[in-house]
Amino acid sequence: MTTVELGMPDAPTPIDAAIARSLEQHGPKVTELKGKDFKTDQEVRWCPGCGDYVILNAVQSFLPSLGIAREDMVIVSGIGCSSRFPYYMNTYGMHSIHGRAPAIATGLAAARPDLSVWVVTGDGDALSIGGNHLIHALRRNVDMTILLFNNRIYGLTKGQYSPTSEVGKVTKSTPMGSLDHPFNPVSLALGADATFVGRAMDSDRKGLTDVLRQAAEHKGTSLVEIYQNCNIFNDGAFELLKDPATGPMWTIPLEHGKPLVFGPDGASCVVREDFGGLRIAETNQVDASEIVVHDATREDPSYAFALSRLSSQDLRYTPMGVFRKVQKPSYEAMMSEQLDEARLQGPGDLDALLAGGDTWTVSA
Amino acid sequence: MTGPNPTVAPSESNGALATTVSSSAPGGLVKSVVELDRVVIRLAGDSGDGMQLTGNRFTSETASFGNDLKTLPNFPAEIRAPTGTLPGVSSFQLQFADHDVMTPGDAPDVLVAMNPAALKANLGELPGGGLLILDSDEFTPRNLAKVGYATNPIEDGSLEGWQTVSVPLTSMTTDALKDSGLGKKEAERSKNMFTLGLLSWMYHRPTEGTIRFLERQFRRKPEIAAANIAAFRAGYNYGDTTEAFAVSYEIKPAPMKPGRYRNISGNQALALGLVAAGQRSGLPIFLGAYPITPASDILHELSRHKAFGVRTFQAEDEIAGIGAALGASFGGALGITTTSGPGVALKAETIGLAVMTELPLVIVDVQRGGPSTGLPTKTEQSDLLQAMFGRNGEAPIPVIAPRSPGDCFDAAVEAARIALTYRTPVMLLSDGYLANGAEPWAIPEAASLPDLAPGVAFATEPNGEDGEFLPYLRDPETLARAWAIPGTAGMQHRIGGLEKADKTGNISYDPANHDFMTRTRQAKIDGIAASIPLTDVEDPDGDARVAVIGWGSTYGPIGAAARRIRSSGRKVAQIHLRHINPFPSDLGEVLARYDRVICPEMNLGQLSLLLRAKYLVDVQSHTQVRGLPFRAAELAAVIQDAIDSTTASLNGAQQ
Repeated sequence: MTTVELGMPDAPTPIDAAIARSLEQHGPKVTELKGKDFKTDQEVRWCPGCGDYVILNAVQSFLPSLGIAREDMVIVSGIGCSSRFPYYMNTYGMHSIHGRAPAIATGLAAARPDLSVWVVTGDGDALSIGGNHLIHALRRNVDMTILLFNNRIYGLTKGQYSPTSEVGKVTKSTPMGSLDHPFNPVSLALGADATFVGRAMDSDRKGLTDVLRQAAEHKGTSLVEIYQNCNIFNDGAFELLKDPATGPMWTIPLEHGKPLVFGPDGASCVVREDFGGLRIAETNQVDASEIVVHDATREDPSYAFALSRLSSQDLRYTPMGVFRKVQKPSYEAMMSEQLDEARLQGPGDLDALLAGGDTWTVSA
Repeated sequence: MTGPNPTVAPSESNGALATTVSSSAPGGLVKSVVELDRVVIRLAGDSGDGMQLTGNRFTSETASFGNDLKTLPNFPAEIRAPTGTLPGVSSFQLQFADHDVMTPGDAPDVLVAMNPAALKANLGELPGGGLLILDSDEFTPRNLAKVGYATNPIEDGSLEGWQTVSVPLTSMTTDALKDSGLGKKEAERSKNMFTLGLLSWMYHRPTEGTIRFLERQFRRKPEIAAANIAAFRAGYNYGDTTEAFAVSYEIKPAPMKPGRYRNISGNQALALGLVAAGQRSGLPIFLGAYPITPASDILHELSRHKAFGVRTFQAEDEIAGIGAALGASFGGALGITTTSGPGVALKAETIGLAVMTELPLVIVDVQRGGPSTGLPTKTEQSDLLQAMFGRNGEAPIPVIAPRSPGDCFDAAVEAARIALTYRTPVMLLSDGYLANGAEPWAIPEAASLPDLAPGVAFATEPNGEDGEFLPYLRDPETLARAWAIPGTAGMQHRIGGLEKADKTGNISYDPANHDFMTRTRQAKIDGIAASIPLTDVEDPDGDARVAVIGWGSTYGPIGAAARRIRSSGRKVAQIHLRHINPFPSDLGEVLARYDRVICPEMNLGQLSLLLRAKYLVDVQSHTQVRGLPFRAAELAAVIQDAIDSTTASLNGAQQ
């Protein structure tokens, strides 16, 4: 009887073999790339002026610095304008179905811990139809980076209010104003105990790149909320923060280890309040020791949550940067450990498995 | 219905053959041993009485003794309905014999009723003269009142039509355990083991396996193990010494093909088949699943086999379960999701995505009564049309079905073969009866199983004329697309749910391309017929005029009915489908040969609809949706009616 040794840990699996053949064909994995190496031949089909172009550009420009081979990167998206993203990236990609990208990416990351898995989603995709998958991906801490493009509107279906639209939003589906309260995606993610949560602005190349880099380097699930302007259906949604005249007044830049002082001439700051909350104060009215020094690595998410609650629906006092970055074992790594542990006694023996339990023999 | 009932030969549920052999037992009691060719026992009690465990243990003893057998567990969806009430009754039926049996039996020969509710719920199915064993301790005024007995049936003469043996099972159990240190309530819980001991004596079952099982099961609670073993032995010894049972029964082992056997349930066999498929394809298995009755045991079983590289993921919902499985398939694993009908409804959109992305995926639907939540613990075959058509757009997928618990193993391997070879989601339709039912299974050698590795040929080099990779370039024979996995350099590509351009896989809204791709996806599934066997027709004489066609778990009852028909001197052909989409390529011609085609199903005629639509054959549908398998006698009557009326009309036509 020939023993079939497929699937054993020491024997190459078809996956290992395919990658080995590709290495033979193409030589060592290429990691010294330029931004243009991540472009595809597909025409980008977002509306002219869309914030998505800026994000695509920023991602393509910074990816080479991560040193990940294109073939080791997979971008999974759902449905919506943002979810066309994978088509424009010269990596592996799946443009899946509405809301399900985190679930699909979870299976991929769990089955292939060697890959760099990314999810690109939007406020409708991630927070409405896919809300359940998002929170569960975050609590499991599967190693993947989720980019949530938040334009506070449904663009691809032509302008209905979204789960991040402000109350009273007048749209085609809410002619008298929307009634439901919006999600704050950062608060939601922290509520799900996400290990990495950040926020950035589409037009702020430097800030966006910085948060993306930290997110990509984080082991576990990273969620980056990217404020993205939809110039067709919700133009100017983030103008308060983008306008050089008002932006500095209402933006709280988060820098690990730095006091939370912001506004023109550092006039405003963040101080502690009762019940573990935070509040905005005038810097010259408080003692320097009362000003909160930002610490993204706090195990307890309450502080990061309190930070996320500083901003209101109209975007005043919006913290931008990394809210939380803590280390926790990632799901797929723990799954692999269980498999390794199960194989301590040797790989599975199919004949022994099939003949498990009470057996009897009928002789000829 | 016309004509006499078929005469019954040694088979399924009527008139077992008995021979009495005298013997003596210890204590000078003369006890006789009767040899039977088969027996059907039904154990019934409260959900909390442990009837399923008792039934499973008796089954294991019976299997290891060498009888052929089939089982039918039947329990409520509530974990513990109010004690002693009719909705709380749980039962377990098995038929075992000295010959091969195809069903758990139409009706029991022996009914064990642990309380008045169990008696009331099951007595109607015990034929007159059948053996009825009752726990007299439970027939208290309170328990009788709960189920509406005005008087105690043990005393009011209403059970005179049966051989009733009323035994104080509960108090004999507590007496046997009075020195065990257990409280009365705790000791009472061992009454199922006392009963098992009694039955083990009655049917000459080997007892070592049960003792080993109890030691293993309660190894952390040795006092409970000891009490259960003591109760089991006390029940056995009670049978041996009491005058209440003067007869015990012997059922010789059934002749089976030489080989090694084990007892196996459908869910267990299905899980092992999936592990085997992983080993024989060389691909890691990834199961994404959400708990659902009656499919959860497959998740439980697979989660124990991590040493085989099996990854199991208990998802947040049904959609995430299949999504994760599809993601794993994209990464080069064999993605699997297991569920029941309501779960398939939720997974529909992702199945469509798998059709569009043309990735391998196995979807296991352990069907249960529907619609909606329906009958979670009962069996039905009503998801066939959902499996075939339950998606938006033209989204064909292969559909296959196992015919018996052990056959779930082979069906799982076959589902994986099709999924991998043709890069397609495959629907495997099991059902509650197969899932929980058990039978002896000839253990295959791993090396004798189909080699699935040829289906796994990852693309590692560009296949386009200009040195590019074309993910939708197809194998000319199977029409399977090229499958390149992440990690392979130079093969980066994007797939998704939007319509694909032929070859490149780029987004395409071109009318001609959509028409072409829609037809190509259909042609790929239709083409699977080239890789499956021709229609398997069971017709011993080869000249039957009436055929009966079925799929899935009805194989047993239809087969048992066909045997009855043949033993009555009539002829019938049995056709049972493993592959429902696509059908075997000659099925149309085969069906056209018969004057009548009957199709029994546990739905309202779903396969009939497909056969009529595809082959324009006047299929006569016979259906039932009682949450239980067909009775062989009922099917035999239907078939006989068809044969006799066909013969009559043919004679009429000749005159």
